[in-house]
Amino acid sequence: MSFWDQALEIARVDLRIERRIGDVLRIVLPFAVVALLVFPLALGVDLSAVSRLGPAVFWAIGILFGMQIALRHSADDRPERRDLYSLLGVDPSARFVGRCLSGSALMVVFLLVLLVATIVLYSPDLPDGWPLPVLAGLLLTAIGLTELGTLAGEVTAGLRSRTTLASLIVAPLALPLVIGASQTLESLARDAGILRWLILLVTTDLALAVAGVALARPLEEASR
Amino acid sequence: MAAPIVLHGSGVTLGGQVVLRGLEMSVGPGEVLGITGPNGSGKTTLLRLLATLVRPDRGEGHVLGATLGTGEVYRVRPKIGLIGHVPALIGELSLRENLEHAIRLAGADPARIEPALRVVGLDEAADRKVETGSHGMLRRTEVARLLITQPRLLLLDEAFSGLDYYAQELIDTLIDRATREGGAAVIVSHDPRYIAERAGKVLNISAGRLEALK
Repeated sequence: MSFWDQALEIARVDLRIERRIGDVLRIVLPFAVVALLVFPLALGVDLSAVSRLGPAVFWAIGILFGMQIALRHSADDRPERRDLYSLLGVDPSARFVGRCLSGSALMVVFLLVLLVATIVLYSPDLPDGWPLPVLAGLLLTAIGLTELGTLAGEVTAGLRSRTTLASLIVAPLALPLVIGASQTLESLARDAGILRWLILLVTTDLALAVAGVALARPLEEASR
Repeated sequence: MAAPIVLHGSGVTLGGQVVLRGLEMSVGPGEVLGITGPNGSGKTTLLRLLATLVRPDRGEGHVLGATLGTGEVYRVRPKIGLIGHVPALIGELSLRENLEHAIRLAGADPARIEPALRVVGLDEAADRKVETGSHGMLRRTEVARLLITQPRLLLLDEAFSGLDYYAQELIDTLIDRATREGGAAVIVSHDPRYIAERAGKVLNISAGRLEALK
């Protein structure tokens, strides 16, 4: 079986499991929407402020809960499953790519639903031509967060304090994604160039992908 | 034909604790080795070492020609079959889906899934979720996988416990297949009866050290 066949098979099974247990869409998503709902309540009846802050709140909540999804997704990778994949001859890099593919698909769905909820709840003043740049930023952020969560899961595999350590790795390294994602829409609103922010997101995603693929095998061996 | 397993002074340390030390053993082609010993003596870690899932930190070891602790183990891992304490199955999938997933990843022929399910007596129950399957069903699913992937080195960790006579016979079939063409099998069990019936050589493990019994 080729590298990509292995990666796609792992992603397919991950998504089937998610469809059955609904960890992301049934558990994390409602909490994120509730967080969106609570924020304007705290601001009172100042609707213009709510509308102005909408995009910032979307990215803040999207990235915070997105990190949660990325970490939950990487924590699903149980030792028995890792051992089975090893003995079936699965390339650790293919496993990394497969987990990133399934995680990114979930993250995109999560952010899209959150975006729709933000538009409904906040009626934000969105600049003309916003859909394409926002969707591009959303896609790149989803990929980056998932890669980061998966990589953190690999680094901490086999450690007792895995969950805490993974969070400590993900939070600071997500900074380029937080900046790139939030500044894309902000620059669009100010009619400034968004290309540099998209390049920041693409560069971060590529760096994480290269690191994940290159380190998958040494990290797997180090966890043994 | 080279011995499938050779260990010279191998040792394993886990979490700062020496679990296995000074292991000297050799399992020749077609041989079945039995390992017995008390709880916590290192039996499971020894099987994981032989499965290349734990790295040795001392001595030298070779499994199916690959040196333990090196990148060579990637070449031989698909030829190793392990039935461990905890079934290597995904709880949210059905027994059939688990088998399909493993067979696809192993690059084996999916047409062999249904016949294997029939052989292990799971053709009627294969759509049950792992979470709702009995211990015996989960073991049979693992046996079905190994019937398809046909490992050259079979490692069984208490694989016979809690199984009915027919399921035990299935595992015996796996052992026969692995040893028939120059492979080998290692059986770990608390129960000396299972080992005595099947193994040509028996080692006892105590506090991480091996000693010959038979």
